[in-house]
Amino acid sequence: MTGHDHDHHHHHHDHDHSELSETELRVRALETILTEKGYVDPAALDVLIETYETRVGPRNGARVVARAWSDPAFRARLLKDATPAIAELGYAGRQGEHIVAVENTPRLHHMVVCTLCSCYPWPVLGLPPVWYKSAPYRSKAVKDPRGVLADFGFELPDDTEIRVWDSTAEIRYFVLPMRPAGTEGWSEQRLADLVTRDSMIGTGLPKQPHEVA
Amino acid sequence: MLSDSQAALDATRMVPGIPRDADGPVFREPWEAQAFAMAVTLHARGLFSWNEWAATLADEIKRAQAAGDADTGETYYRHWLATLERLIAEKGVATTATLHRYRDAWDHAADRTPHGSPIVLQPEDFAG
Repeated sequence: MTGHDHDHHHHHHDHDHSELSETELRVRALETILTEKGYVDPAALDVLIETYETRVGPRNGARVVARAWSDPAFRARLLKDATPAIAELGYAGRQGEHIVAVENTPRLHHMVVCTLCSCYPWPVLGLPPVWYKSAPYRSKAVKDPRGVLADFGFELPDDTEIRVWDSTAEIRYFVLPMRPAGTEGWSEQRLADLVTRDSMIGTGLPKQPHEVA
Repeated sequence: MLSDSQAALDATRMVPGIPRDADGPVFREPWEAQAFAMAVTLHARGLFSWNEWAATLADEIKRAQAAGDADTGETYYRHWLATLERLIAEKGVATTATLHRYRDAWDHAADRTPHGSPIVLQPEDFAG
């Protein structure tokens, strides 16, 4: 990657440790016990959960992105303060959480990491893919983001800077990808179909117009 | 062998109230999908039948309502989780005390884990 190897934005705050809700603690306790007793195989459980990947959360992200592509005033509000902008579309996050939208440009590509506790913006993005939670992915995303993107089968120009954003308990990031060329005059609804989950994590690009023809 | 999505559809057919759309179950939060997947897995292993599950779940919902749950559907998977915990205790898989001990250990693990590192349960999390 170019220049800043540690463009890895940590935001320190009162409790710089991982957070799990009461419910998440109970779910983890169950999974550990059932695994230890041989009732469930965590890998098999992950495979099962992966089949629901696209079925968790309201997945408002695609609508948010499509609105930002269509409405410059909304885009400006979104980049200035994403939480109220997203609320305009009828989406309110959990209390106390703050969402920040980071915009991709030809010179700058953003990636979001950290799905290790409750900090992943699933109300916008849906359930993170299972691979995304793995420690190897996480550490590679921080050390070698370009390599991760290559694993996903896309390459960015050498002079595009890659910035990796690490969510915190209070701040969750999502990526506003670039609008694909050839979509002039498209309705928001059509545009939303181009927006993939991975494009909002920064590990993918939006679909091209011919892919949704 | 049933495919995973078939197993999920069977569950939605046998257990009333599972939030779903035309394609199958939908979840509000990731943990809901985890709790759902655990029940589907335990059912496949024969730990309980869906009839038994549905009866226990109905009882948990009734209890919660008696305790003031608004029953808006938003709490459905909380009842689901309570049902899992109860059946696991009733079937002798793990006692309620064990469930609490593991819950506390995970809490300890989360507390000592810096934000952004994987939360991994260690033996020392069970101490104290």
